[in-house]
Amino acid sequence: MSLDITIHLIDRKGISHKLIAPTDIQMNLMEICKSYELPVEGTCGGMAMCASCQCYIESDHILTERSDEEDAMLSEAFHVKKNSRLGCQIQIRSEIDGLKVRLAPDK
Amino acid sequence: MIKTDILIIGAGPTGLFTVFEAGLLKLKCHLIDSLPMPGGQCSEIYPKKPIYDIPSHPEILAGDLIKKLEKQIEPFQPKYTLGESAVSIEKTKDDHFIVTTDLGTRHMAPVVAIAGGLGSFEPRKPPLDRLTHFEDKGVNYIIKNPELYKNKKIVIAGGGDSALDWTIFLEGIGAFVTLIHRRIEFRGALDSVDKVQKLKNKGRIQLITPAEVISLKGEDKLSSIVIEHDGNQFSIECSYFIPLFGLTPKLGPIANWGLEIDKNAIKVDNTLDYQTNIPGIYAIGDVNTYPGKLKLILCGFHEATLMCQSAFKRIYPDKRNVLKYTTVSGVNGFDGSKKEAAKSIIKSID
Repeated sequence: MSLDITIHLIDRKGISHKLIAPTDIQMNLMEICKSYELPVEGTCGGMAMCASCQCYIESDHILTERSDEEDAMLSEAFHVKKNSRLGCQIQIRSEIDGLKVRLAPDK
Repeated sequence: MIKTDILIIGAGPTGLFTVFEAGLLKLKCHLIDSLPMPGGQCSEIYPKKPIYDIPSHPEILAGDLIKKLEKQIEPFQPKYTLGESAVSIEKTKDDHFIVTTDLGTRHMAPVVAIAGGLGSFEPRKPPLDRLTHFEDKGVNYIIKNPELYKNKKIVIAGGGDSALDWTIFLEGIGAFVTLIHRRIEFRGALDSVDKVQKLKNKGRIQLITPAEVISLKGEDKLSSIVIEHDGNQFSIECSYFIPLFGLTPKLGPIANWGLEIDKNAIKVDNTLDYQTNIPGIYAIGDVNTYPGKLKLILCGFHEATLMCQSAFKRIYPDKRNVLKYTTVSGVNGFDGSKKEAAKSIIKSID
């Protein structure tokens, strides 16, 4: 069985990217974006402290709940919607195979 | 004009450790940082987070790492220009550089080391129409002169320590403060949260949560803001709106200094000494890039060490120099202090 999953990501210009993400090396969505050199800063390195990896979840996958830290950061971020998440807090697991996400504006 | 041997732009861990390595070579350093305190991201973003990959520290809080670095470099008497950003650079006829900050402070040095991390910290600005129009005409991101706010109606937005601390402070000097946050929970020191709760209970401040500022009104100057609260929109008269949503790093004016830039980082020669395309200007730590670059504090320390050796050769091209070990030479501070290993005791046995 393959340990890779597929993530469909729409960047800020509306361009779709098919990302192949490994589930066995503790990566999160922000890191996958960076590994594909997509325009995700990940300024804080993944500590849920900058919101530069904010994205909107556009498929109906059930994700792990937001932690208090993620909630707090999103409450101070901009362009936040109900389906906003921080990419750094979304672990790459087999359950999210096929996830569809859109990058939130960065300005 | 401030004069030094190595002018370090950025007082994060890499910039601070540069002072130590330069000091061993008897080179003086001056640091510029846009933040009001040394430490860069370690102080501003994650002082309470543990770091696990600093050699010989199985675990150390980012804030403590900075304190220890400050202690380590103390003998070399670093000087600082804090709360100012380096904006321009010019070269003198004798191959020195003059770096000027946004507040006009001028610094001159034969070597410039850019240790700027991800850039200088700037306020995160909420995406509101006409926000820039009202900047310095009612919208302020930094409180420079608190007296300005005395007896004035102020709206502060944000949910962290800055929003809480400034609410408490400005109420204390006689401002009429309304604090707005998108949630009822605040992320701040418990003591500050308690103080704001008490101020609210006593009616000394107005607290509106969960709420969000959605527009700004006024002609030349800000006169009111519109907020959304519980699905309703209403306006609040105010002279000042202070959005406190944290800081974000931007490479800023350094990007226009003629340095080779690749994906927001400064290209350097990693095979030699982390020099940029401009001789005499080095880039170390997270701000630089080269094949195989890793943005780690420990890599910044290594880069700073090699850079200082190269800086010495640039400053004293005719002086011979070899690497000295602190176990042998100790640390001879510019303040006259001396740290050295205790002498071995050699005693005969009859």
